[in-house]
Amino acid sequence: MSFISYLINGISLGSVYAIIALGYTMVYGIAKMLNFAHGDVIMVGSFAVFTIVSTLGLPPVLGILVAVVICTVLGMAIERVAYKPLRNASSPLAVLITAIGVSYLLQNVALLIFGANTKSFTSVVAISPLKLADGQLMISGETIVTIIAGIVIMVCLTLFVNKSKAGQAMLAVSEDKGAAQLMGINVNGTIALTFAIGSALAAIAGVLLCSAYPSLTPYTGAMPGIKAFVAAVFGGIGSIPGAMIGGILLGIIEILGKAYISSQMADAIVFAVLIIVLLVKPTGILGKNIQEKV
Amino acid sequence: MSLLEVRNLTISFGGLRAVDDFNIEIKKGQLYGLIGPNGAGKTTVFNLLTGVYKPDEGIIRLEEKDITGLKTIDINKTGIARTFQNIRLFKDLTVLDNVKVGLHNHYHYSTIEGIFRLPKYYKVEKAMDERAMELLKVFELDGEADYLASNLPYGKQRKLEIARALATKPKLLLLDEPAAGMNPNETGELMDTIRFVRDKFDMTILLIEHDMKLVSGICEALTVLNFGHILAQGQTSSVLNDPQVITAYLGE
Amino acid sequence: MKKWKMTKTAKNNFVTYIIVLIAYIVVQILLKSGNMSSLMEGLLVPLCIYVMLAISLNLTVGILGELSLGHAGFMCVGAFSGAFFSRCMDGVMPNGIRFFIALLIGAAIAGIFGILIGIPVLRLKGDYLAIVTLAFGEIIKNLVNVLYIGKDNNGFHFSMKDSISLHLGEEGQVIVNGAQGITGTPHDASFTVGIVLIFLSLFIILNLINSRDGRAIMSIRDNRIAAESTGINITKYKLMAFSISASIAGVAGVLYAHNLSTLTALPKNFGYNMSIMILVFVVLGGIGNIRGSIISAVILTLLPELLRGLSDYRMLIYAIVLIAMMLFNWSPKAVEWKDKLKEKYFSNISFRKEKEVK
Repeated sequence: MSFISYLINGISLGSVYAIIALGYTMVYGIAKMLNFAHGDVIMVGSFAVFTIVSTLGLPPVLGILVAVVICTVLGMAIERVAYKPLRNASSPLAVLITAIGVSYLLQNVALLIFGANTKSFTSVVAISPLKLADGQLMISGETIVTIIAGIVIMVCLTLFVNKSKAGQAMLAVSEDKGAAQLMGINVNGTIALTFAIGSALAAIAGVLLCSAYPSLTPYTGAMPGIKAFVAAVFGGIGSIPGAMIGGILLGIIEILGKAYISSQMADAIVFAVLIIVLLVKPTGILGKNIQEKV
Repeated sequence: MSLLEVRNLTISFGGLRAVDDFNIEIKKGQLYGLIGPNGAGKTTVFNLLTGVYKPDEGIIRLEEKDITGLKTIDINKTGIARTFQNIRLFKDLTVLDNVKVGLHNHYHYSTIEGIFRLPKYYKVEKAMDERAMELLKVFELDGEADYLASNLPYGKQRKLEIARALATKPKLLLLDEPAAGMNPNETGELMDTIRFVRDKFDMTILLIEHDMKLVSGICEALTVLNFGHILAQGQTSSVLNDPQVITAYLGE
Repeated sequence: MKKWKMTKTAKNNFVTYIIVLIAYIVVQILLKSGNMSSLMEGLLVPLCIYVMLAISLNLTVGILGELSLGHAGFMCVGAFSGAFFSRCMDGVMPNGIRFFIALLIGAAIAGIFGILIGIPVLRLKGDYLAIVTLAFGEIIKNLVNVLYIGKDNNGFHFSMKDSISLHLGEEGQVIVNGAQGITGTPHDASFTVGIVLIFLSLFIILNLINSRDGRAIMSIRDNRIAAESTGINITKYKLMAFSISASIAGVAGVLYAHNLSTLTALPKNFGYNMSIMILVFVVLGGIGNIRGSIISAVILTLLPELLRGLSDYRMLIYAIVLIAMMLFNWSPKAVEWKDKLKEKYFSNISFRKEKEVK
């Protein structure tokens, strides 16, 4: 019975990773950059909800909406100010380091506003736990909401990318920027839209994460951000279904590793699995294998 | 005696037979041309000969030695060097250092001797410099020895690539479209250089080329590829007059 | 012609050595005349450590052209193996010799880790390599935190659980105590030792770059396919650069361990954040530019300290400065603008590009 409970918790944590990883992977696919500040956008979203719900006492729904709006705007602003000027830089490392700078910036702004103390985040989920099998198996409301939210987001995003015009434009830009431009696609607009969606997802992920693990500091986003990055690579970076699979698998591995092997070693296990996967399949589970043409 | 002997070379990519039953025999000292329309599989043949791809079938012999399936680096060590259609220089190294990388396997000192600047380092580096400068002189690049390779004009970059390939002391030199992007004057100069290389270094050369003036001007024998198959093979003049070849090139 | 070029590179390297030497002399004068705050004095050894980390990572990133986000992991390996040796041998042999051997052990073990990790990992490319090196760094840090080693009359005891499971005899002592790390490492590090080690690292790296092996390494960076068909053994030279880079990071780690009484593996000192910080030094100082790495490591380490008066705002300013410098140095528009400016005011000076490596 405890195995099933761990598994469900794993899927729940994995759903959060998947949502963050989707942002990572979309941005990577389209801008070919590792957005190291993505994890910190999660933290900004969480603090937004925290301020509105816990400090101002307003309803959680409003908090979530405001957080999504703030993160969307923030994501687009970061792209415009810090990343866009470096899009054609001679080294891909330039934008990576700038992203690290943005990450420091967000963390330190949060540190100035909210201080270094850990805030206890009040869960935004008001559903009571689900008791199964005579109370032997208990699933918390947060877990249920997270899994449902994860499924909804994945379905919506898949439909959006495959069916809508903007989504098709995203695919085109990620395939070949130059050709997309020639076909009349607004490349700058599409990239901005990708950052907007990725950041909105980060806000939602932040709320879900902090509802399940209710401690909030300016550094809250960093480790989940890295884990989600690992999840994205795990599934094949640039691939949307890959990010989903990678995220959920990572969550399950982490929770099961914590439960059955060693709680101190959980992160090491996650990273070890990533290494093994990449050594067997160098571009991740669903990654395309592109050989350089000679 | 033939220097290079290729029998039944075949490779497929996802069901498409990119090269099908390819045979060739090149004699020592020969200047041989591999021609054919775009997408005929010429560069694929080069990639098979240099171990970039492993053939599905067939055998490649260099001086009677079977080199089929060897790694690129070992094929280079046994004596095949190449240039690339889209120039591949070490762009942030100097012109001189590009050639010295080519000399790498023929001049030795250990890492320790290099780091601690033992006498052997100076001796070998000096010998490498002299040899590299000799090669650069052949291609009239000695004046630009300390330029970065990426700062050379296009035509000189092509020449530098040939110089680097020659530095590896090959028995067979493969040139992939050496005249691509050159004007008629430069092409004429290049023809002289290729002939000179063959005579001076006693080299055997297989080249891919679209420029018919160059091909008919310097190649002694030709193989024509079309859709991965050999269309014609033999003496340059007879191949170029082959009605099948004319059709493939000029259309119906 | 030829001679002149050789002296050019040699001159360039010479300037780098001289800069380090002058820095050393200036610091010594400040120390002797009592003009250095105790805060700055405490920063001297860390500065040497960061400089070594930056120049060694530049060997991987700038010279080999592979992105590594796990450099702190090698530092961690060096720190713990060196400190472990010193703890075991404390009092057994003269301090100087013991520290010297500790440095060698740190270098060797970090180098071996470099090879062990490099063999599987260096087949990967670009961002995949980056994430896997990050993963290895985190695993090393994580493993060190659950490692328990004790010593008694029966020899060494190992455990991955806790210090009790070591089952030590009565006279036994725990040397590596899991998350508490190693305590009581002798304080052997000094600024002078740090500078000597910087010189040694510079000597190895600069001479490697300007040798047969260095050319092979850079040829892989510039064009792997061409290097291969020119007869360069890709795996061998990638591993060579990677393990030398790891070795030097290991030495920096030994220095780090012998500068503190307690050595623990925290996210702050051996985590990916540290690896990223080293990468920032490298990129800001110029990828492939060894002298630039030294300068940027020093400036970026001192910057937050110089801004200490601004207390809460210092890290914020650091972040803004970092972003602004990246935009100014790398954005194509800014580069174009700088080129124009150069042309306008310095058109009489020729800017013929010389060798990249300084």
